[in-house]
Amino acid sequence: MNNFDYIRASDIDDALASLNTHDNGSFIAGGTNLIDLWKYNLLHPDLLIDINHLPGHHAIEEIEEGGVRLSAFLTNADTAYHPLIEERYPLLSKAILAGASAQIRNMATNGGNLLQRTRCYYFYDPDAPCNKRNPGSGCSALNGYNRIHAILGASENCIAVFPSDMCVALAALDAVVNVTGINGERNIRFEDFHRLPGDTPELDNNLKRGEIITSIDLPAKGFAKNYSYLKLRDRHSYAFALVSVATGMELDGDIIKEARIALGGVAHRPWRLKEAESFLQGKRADEHSFAAAADMMLEGAKGFKYNSFKIELAKKAIVRNGLMALDPHSQLPGAQPSA
Amino acid sequence: MSTQPTVGKPVSRLEGKLKVTGAAKYAAEYDVPGLLHGYVVNSTITKGKIVRVDTGRAKAVNGVIEVITHQNRPKLAWFDLQYTDMDAPPGVVFKPLYDAEIKYNGQPVALVVATDFETARYAATLVSFEYEEEPFETCLDNNLEKARDAKKGFATILRPPPPKPTGDFEGAFKNAPVKVESEYWHGVEHHNPIELFATTTVYEGDGKLTIYDKTQGTINNQVFVANVFGLHFKDVRILAPFVGGAFGSGLRPQYQLFLCVMAALLLKRNVRVVLDRKQMFSFSHRPQSVQRTRFSTDENGKLTGLNHSAVSETSQFEDYTEQVVAWSHKLYPAPNTLFEYKLVPLDVHTPIDMRAPGGVTAMHAIECTMDQLAYKLNLDPLEFRLRNYAETDPSTQKPFTSKALRECYQKGAEKFGWQKRNPTPGSTIRRNKLVGYGMATGMWDAYQFPARMEAMITKEGKLVLNNAVTDIGTGTLTVMSQIAADELGLPLEDVTFNYGDSKKPFSMFQGGSSVTASTGVAIVVAAKTLKKKLFKKAAGIKNSPIAGASEEDVIFKDGNIYLRNDPTAYVSFKDIISLNNGRAIETTNMGAPDVLNLRKYSKAAHSATFVEVEVDKDLKIITVTRAVTAVAAGKIINPKTARSQILGSMVWGISKALHEETIMDEKLGKYINTNLGEYHIPVHADIHELDVIFADEKDTLINELGVKGVGEIGLVAVPAAIANAVYHATGTRITKLPIHFDELL
Repeated sequence: MNNFDYIRASDIDDALASLNTHDNGSFIAGGTNLIDLWKYNLLHPDLLIDINHLPGHHAIEEIEEGGVRLSAFLTNADTAYHPLIEERYPLLSKAILAGASAQIRNMATNGGNLLQRTRCYYFYDPDAPCNKRNPGSGCSALNGYNRIHAILGASENCIAVFPSDMCVALAALDAVVNVTGINGERNIRFEDFHRLPGDTPELDNNLKRGEIITSIDLPAKGFAKNYSYLKLRDRHSYAFALVSVATGMELDGDIIKEARIALGGVAHRPWRLKEAESFLQGKRADEHSFAAAADMMLEGAKGFKYNSFKIELAKKAIVRNGLMALDPHSQLPGAQPSA
Repeated sequence: MSTQPTVGKPVSRLEGKLKVTGAAKYAAEYDVPGLLHGYVVNSTITKGKIVRVDTGRAKAVNGVIEVITHQNRPKLAWFDLQYTDMDAPPGVVFKPLYDAEIKYNGQPVALVVATDFETARYAATLVSFEYEEEPFETCLDNNLEKARDAKKGFATILRPPPPKPTGDFEGAFKNAPVKVESEYWHGVEHHNPIELFATTTVYEGDGKLTIYDKTQGTINNQVFVANVFGLHFKDVRILAPFVGGAFGSGLRPQYQLFLCVMAALLLKRNVRVVLDRKQMFSFSHRPQSVQRTRFSTDENGKLTGLNHSAVSETSQFEDYTEQVVAWSHKLYPAPNTLFEYKLVPLDVHTPIDMRAPGGVTAMHAIECTMDQLAYKLNLDPLEFRLRNYAETDPSTQKPFTSKALRECYQKGAEKFGWQKRNPTPGSTIRRNKLVGYGMATGMWDAYQFPARMEAMITKEGKLVLNNAVTDIGTGTLTVMSQIAADELGLPLEDVTFNYGDSKKPFSMFQGGSSVTASTGVAIVVAAKTLKKKLFKKAAGIKNSPIAGASEEDVIFKDGNIYLRNDPTAYVSFKDIISLNNGRAIETTNMGAPDVLNLRKYSKAAHSATFVEVEVDKDLKIITVTRAVTAVAAGKIINPKTARSQILGSMVWGISKALHEETIMDEKLGKYINTNLGEYHIPVHADIHELDVIFADEKDTLINELGVKGVGEIGLVAVPAAIANAVYHATGTRITKLPIHFDELL
């Protein structure tokens, strides 16, 4: 590790002002990804601005419009186990707890979760071609070992996937990301926050340098009655999703009034398809309807040598998760053993 | 007379408290004055030559002492044989920083030495190499046509080439009424003990070195260091009191030892080199293998033909071999056999033994083929194995020193509830899960190597033993102490077993499940001599209470020698020593296998594993919900540490069957999932009910202790049992390991 300076920011303005005092300044919150990237020789910050101790920035509180505001600086664990989240947004709670490990969730923050980098093997190898790390160098995954890679929204420049579980739920919940920069504050709709790779795979999202995520707003509708998060992976914990699904529904008897379905592990950002969700409106909440929505969502999906299975798996996962959402308390056994 | 025997008792690890409190020091935890830290730079190409080195930027970093490359390294032994070690396969040992040639991706090419670790690691990123790249081959499947016989050498003694054919396999197979032909595949695995490979070298001056090293063999590494750097054996001391797992990766001196010693000698300073997790993938591994089996039976399910051929990878510089293809005929009788084993040299580092090397590879193919045959014959898989049960070793016609496999089958099946199995695949459904039962047999060699033991009774009347052997986390310290305590009739707390030190008398490296038999027998031999000496002294004391008694008339207990039929007559060890002018009574003896007698027998440990899996009927996610392993491994010295060994192996079996693989990108010629986030081993959520049973196997022939070792045997049967259970659950047979659940979609 290179030598670096460290300061503890006293407030947001202090943090923003400090960033440009060095060539390579970086904010640090939980550091659960930053330190990895640093050790792998992908980043070399010369200044760390610790934003863990900003006063007045560690709350989860109800906001005027009936929703809830999560501080970006709160840990994933404190968020997942917060009574307001457990009661009103259990989908978010379940998604967070499906990710990482207890130790990592105790460190990782909500803002950091949105900004984590892909887990593509080639991205982490400074000597392998990777357009995301080194634009123009090529994509090693395209014709390499691409079991964990994208089947939707990829480009020939990058087939990496965004690894977060939490963000899959945030996408389904139509969250809004509040950011502050030198030029003031702005809000970014969740669906506009992360990007597809296109010709600029080096950009994961639309946050600008010099902006800090300060909070995340959850709209009033939390789908607390009918929700489920299903994560499918190569072991039962501490592995990134091959496919994950966040489903939230509002039901009228067995008829769907509103449905949200977001997929993780399949694209460069959480994947939703509004047409599939509208299709489900007014339909019976059953296997047949979910299967039809699944087909719509996976239309145009493209597999590579090692990940074509994800297309079929995602369809089955959407159906299973829809059924699980009908009775979230029983959590019809999905990826878990039935014992 | 209160001391009770400890052998057979579940004694907790004597060093347990040191380990859980962090007081136990590992190789990278010895702080010595003026310690320098080395960080290794690894090659980023797979094959070629270094044409230019620039260490200027690295050297300019404040705190960097030296950057050592092939260009400025100190003079080294030039004779290849001087680099060899006790476990070196035939070929030419890889020599770090020897020349400009790159033989594999991740090869160490420089060592940056600095005043602290982070500075060394940072400066390592500033060392730049220019390479001339050459084409390479790292994919076994693409190079199968290059398969050739393995070279023979010293290490081949323990891994003989395939046995000669018997009968007429091709004829028998052609005409057999029931037969199965299949191909099995498994990928590369890296050992990844949690303790990273590390060496701390203390430069003592005058050519003397004290080296704290992560190793499975202190003397093996002592000989290596002395030979390579031209030092006297007695001036090189390797210490490894605690080893945080090794699983075979510490059988040979690894490159951090070489580089650390080189730097210490060059700079005349104390130096530590620790590898990072990514670098743990830059040396030895379990080789990927392709196996083909063709087994046939008669109408009654008696095996008539066994053909097993295997092709494994090795490096371009050494022919690493495993015993893969001989196992089926040690396990099952058949008149016609044909075995072949070939190697494909690739541009990778030489593989090394990894838990049950060869055995677990083979048993995957053998026991899955047996499962296929059982379905063809419409026989219960267990019944099929019993019909082919070998009372004597079919491959040699020799009797076994002991073989309680039948008891393993019976006890394992009973504990598991095997009789409840519905024979039809896919027939058992539990809510949305398909339930499958699978079983497999395991077998492992029972090795014993010579070992020397120094034993003494101190003036406090306590027993002290000295031996170079390591305890790689298996419970060796505890087990050796138990054996010694019982031999002398002492309580455990009166026994001190000093180990993990090359200065102490010889033991082989700790591998192949050999240590309890090898080092343990040396204790028995030394204890016998010690008792003789003590008895002689005691009987010779003036007015000795045991005067006139013969050695058969006395017993050793509680630090005393008693008359067997008059416990009031005794002499204490303390008295003996004080009458010996306070000088300890000591002896050094060699324990060795009774080769002449053992030639008449076959010797092996056996096991049977029964597994239940649940497979999600739509999503195909696989869970091993229950597993029972029954083990026949002779006498179990410590059921607690032995159970831990078997449990660990069972977890590994689940890992091997469902999770673990190092992925080679054949275009880049390198492993790509080189961290524990992406190199998947099971986590708690993957492990459910595991049961271990030890068969009551008395073996009076194998060695003085009647032990066989329990390191490897717990793993051998597990992957095949899981693959068979997955088939039983789903009706789909996956012949590749690890099984990816999506292959069942």
